[in-house]
Amino acid sequence: MAKLAAVVGIGQTHYKTRRGDVSIAGLVREAAVNALEDAGLGWDDIEAVIIGKAPDMFEGVIMPEIYLTDALGCNGKPMLRVHTAGSVGGSTALVAASHVQSGMFKRVLTVTFEKQSESNAMWALSTPQPFSVHLNAGAGGYFAPIIREYMRRSGAPYDVGIKVAVKDRLHGARNPLAHLQLPEITMKEVEDSMMLWDPIRFLEACPSSDGACAMVICSEDLVAESPKPPAWIRGVAMRSEPTMYAGREEVSPQAGRDCAADVYRQAGITDPRRDLDCAEVYVPFSWYEPMWLENLGFAPEGEGWKLTMSGATSLDEGGDIPWNCSGGVLSSNPIGASGMIRFAEAARQVRGDAGAHQVEGARLALGHAYGGGAQFFAMWVVGADKP
Amino acid sequence: MSEDTEAVTRIETPVYLQYNFTAGRAPARFLERIRQGVLTGQRCPRCANVYIPPRGSCPACGVPTEEEVVLPDKATVQSFTVVAIPIPNNPIKPPFVIANLVLDGANISFIHLMSECENSEVHIGQRVQAVWKPEAEWTYAMDNIRYFKPIDEPDVPVDRIGRLPIGGWEDEQ
Amino acid sequence: MTAMKEIAVVAFSQSDCLARAGAANEVELIMPQLRAVFGQVGLNNAQDVDFVCSGSCDYLQGAAFAFVAGVDALGAVPPIKESHVEMDAAWALYESILKIRMDQAESALIYGFAKASAGELPTVLSQQLDPYYLAPLWVDSVSLAAMQARLLIEKGLATEQAMAGVVARARKHAMVNPHAQVSGEVSIETLLAADTVVSPLRESDCAPVADGAAAMIICTVDKAREWGVPYAVISGIDHRIETHNLGMRDLTDSPSTRQAAAGAGVGRGAVEVAELCAPFSHQEIILTRALGLGDDTVINPSGGVMAGNLMMASGLARIGEVFRRIVSGDISRGVAHATSGPCLQHNLVAVLESA
Repeated sequence: MAKLAAVVGIGQTHYKTRRGDVSIAGLVREAAVNALEDAGLGWDDIEAVIIGKAPDMFEGVIMPEIYLTDALGCNGKPMLRVHTAGSVGGSTALVAASHVQSGMFKRVLTVTFEKQSESNAMWALSTPQPFSVHLNAGAGGYFAPIIREYMRRSGAPYDVGIKVAVKDRLHGARNPLAHLQLPEITMKEVEDSMMLWDPIRFLEACPSSDGACAMVICSEDLVAESPKPPAWIRGVAMRSEPTMYAGREEVSPQAGRDCAADVYRQAGITDPRRDLDCAEVYVPFSWYEPMWLENLGFAPEGEGWKLTMSGATSLDEGGDIPWNCSGGVLSSNPIGASGMIRFAEAARQVRGDAGAHQVEGARLALGHAYGGGAQFFAMWVVGADKP
Repeated sequence: MSEDTEAVTRIETPVYLQYNFTAGRAPARFLERIRQGVLTGQRCPRCANVYIPPRGSCPACGVPTEEEVVLPDKATVQSFTVVAIPIPNNPIKPPFVIANLVLDGANISFIHLMSECENSEVHIGQRVQAVWKPEAEWTYAMDNIRYFKPIDEPDVPVDRIGRLPIGGWEDEQ
Repeated sequence: MTAMKEIAVVAFSQSDCLARAGAANEVELIMPQLRAVFGQVGLNNAQDVDFVCSGSCDYLQGAAFAFVAGVDALGAVPPIKESHVEMDAAWALYESILKIRMDQAESALIYGFAKASAGELPTVLSQQLDPYYLAPLWVDSVSLAAMQARLLIEKGLATEQAMAGVVARARKHAMVNPHAQVSGEVSIETLLAADTVVSPLRESDCAPVADGAAAMIICTVDKAREWGVPYAVISGIDHRIETHNLGMRDLTDSPSTRQAAAGAGVGRGAVEVAELCAPFSHQEIILTRALGLGDDTVINPSGGVMAGNLMMASGLARIGEVFRRIVSGDISRGVAHATSGPCLQHNLVAVLESA
C-alpha cells in the first residue's frame, strides 16, 4: 500500500500578464515561501524539491531548474524536473506526492511556474517542420475543430461556452489572485467579443499569465506539525495516449475517461457528481467544461452542457457541483503552473481555506489537468478526512 | 544604488540557435514523393490503418510502418475552424478556414487550408480536393498543395469519415 | 518502518553511439531499443508494463514537445500510465522507482533519447545558465569544463598526463563495446601531442556527443521471478544538486556526488565496477575521488561516455552497463553515476548488486 500523504502548505503568486517586479527565480521563490509559511515550516524542513513547467522554449531557458536550485533551496537535496506538456502542473504534483507515498521521503516541496511575459510561446510552438503546413494558429486552432465536433454530436446550443466564460470569470472575481478580474462580465459582452477560432471567442479563451504555484506535501506522521488542516491525498492517476491515431476519440479521449475511473476507484467514488463537493478542472477554452463534464463522468454523454446551463457548476447560482471556483484556467493561465493550481485549489477547498470562493463544507474535491492534444491527463482527489 | 535610479524590470537577451532539422526516415520519404506531386502514406502491418503524413510508426500499435500506399488528393472534412487572427509570418489573411481533412484511403486527418469556398458553408462531411501549386514551384513540403477546395460530391456521413477506400466516395457508393 | 521494496533491473539496450543518426526521427531512434528490451523479457509492448517514463530535452532537437512524438513508439492504445522528465533518463528511472515503491506499478519501462547533432551542443547548453547574468554571455559547456580542469591542475589534483590517461584507458575499454563511437589503442604521448582546443582541454578530453536512445525495464523482484529472467537489484539510489553559482562551488570536488554516494550506500561493500558519466576526462578524476573508489575498482569498463555520450540517455546507459555485467556473472556489485548541469552540478548515484 502507498503511504498516506497530505498537502500541508499551499503558496501561489498573484497572476497577471506581466510580473515585471520579479525575475523567474523571484517568481518561483514567492510561491515557495508562501507555501512554506502556510505550512509553518522552513527550508531545512524540506527533503526534496520537485519542479515542473511547460516547454523550456517558452522562456528560452534550457532546464531552468538547474538555475532555480538556489532560489528554491534545493542545494544538497534531490531535485527533479517534470515536463508533460500542459498537464505538467498536475503531473508534477503527482510526482511530488509519489516521493512521500513511496515512503522514501517525509516532506517535499513542489513548485511549477510559467513566466509567459519573458518569452514568446506562440513562437515556441511554431518552429516550422517540413511535413506539415505552417498553419500554427495557437492552441485554439487545434482545439476549435474538436469543439465544433462536440457541438455537432451533442446538439448543444451555441451559448453554452458563453455561459462558462461568464461563470468562471465571476468565480475569478471572488479570487484575489486571479489574473482576470471581471466582476461585471455579461453573456452579451462575451458573445460580442471577437471570434478568434470559430466557435471560440476571445472571452471564451484563457489569458496568458505569469505566475507560480507551490505545495508542501508530507507523510502522515508529520501532518500535525503544520498548523492548518491537511488535505489528504485520496487518489492519484495519470494516463497518456498518442496525439493522433486512426479512430482516436478526440472529443472525449479514452485517456481522460480511464484516468478518472482510476482516481475514483482509489478514492471510493462511484458517482462523481454526488460524491465530490467540487472540482478544479483544466478548462482553457469555455466549451471544455461541458466536454470534460462528460469525459469525467459528471454527466452522461451528450448531456454535459445541460449541467452547465442549469447552473449546477456555478457557485453564484448555488450549484450542487461547482467547477473552478477559483476562476479556473479561463481566469489565470501560467501554463506550466495551471495544472498545479487546479490541484492546489482542490486542496484549499477541502482544507476550508479558499476564502471568498470556498464551497461551504467541502470535504472531497477533484484536481484535474490535461495537456498536449488532450492526450496527457493527471488527476488527484483530496479530502478533509483521513482515509 | 542611488534613489533616483529606476529599477531594471526588463532586459533583452535574444537567443539565436541554428538546427539542422531532420524529419525522420518515413517523413523524408513522404517529402521526396510530394516533391513529385504524389501523396504517400504508410500502412500499419498490425491494424492495417493508413497514416499520412507517416512518422514511421503506428502510434496505436507501437510498431514500425514500412508498406507505402499512394493516395489520391481527394479528402473529406472531419472538422474545421474559421480563424480570425493572423498567423505570425504567414501571408494568409484572416478570416480563413483550416480543416482536419482525411484523404480517401487514409485513416487519419491532417490540418490544411480550405479556400474557393464560402466560409459559412464549410461543414463536416464535405468533400474537397487539393489545389496544387504550379509544378515549377514544387518543393519538399506539404505546402505544394496550396489549399483544398470543395468539389461536387455528396457529403460523407459522419460514421464513414476516415474510412473511405482509396477509390473514394463515389467508388464506395 | 518496513523495508523498501527491492527494485530489479531486468532488461537494457542502447543504440550505437553515432555522431549523426542521419534521417531518423525520435520515434525511429527509440523503437529499436524498445523492441530490444521487450524482447529480453518476452513482452509485446508498453501495454505489458505498468508505468513508462522517459527523459529528453526539447532544446537538443530544437522543437518544443519533442518527447510527445516519443509516445508514438509505445503502442499507447489503450492509454498507459506515462510521464516524462526534462532530464537524463536516469532520473526517469528514479521516478519509476517511486511509482513501484508506492505500489502503483510492479514494472516500468524507461527510455531516453536525443538527437543532439541537430544543434551545436556546447552552444545550446550555454542557454541552461542563469538567463539574466550568464546565458547572455554565451559561455559554452566546454569552456566551463575547461575552467574546472584548469582549477584541478593548478591545485595539483590532476595533470594533463592523468587526463590523457583517462582517455587512453576509456578508448581501450571501448574496444569491447559494440556501440562505441570512439575506441582503440592510443598512447598518452599521442594524445598529448595534439593541441588543446579550449585550454587545458584537448578534443580527446571531451566525450564525443552522440545521437541515439537507450531503454531499460525494471520491476519488483517478485515480478522478475515471475517473468523468469535474470536480474540485478538496485540496492541504493540517490541524487543531489548543488548551487548554480559556479563561483560558490569548489569545482575541484563534487560534494553532491559524495552525498548521493552516501545516500545510495556505495561504501557498504566492495565496488568491483564503476560506470561514471564524465563528459570530460578530468571529471572522471573528480568523481572517482568523490565516490571514494580505489585501485580495486574498474572504472568505465565500457569506455564510459568517452566511447560516446548518448545525450539524455548516458546516465541510464551507465546503469545499464553495470546491470549487464552483473547478470552476465562478471561482477556481483557495481556503481553507476549520472550527471546534469554545468561542471557536474547535479549527480545521481546508484548501487547495483547481484540477486
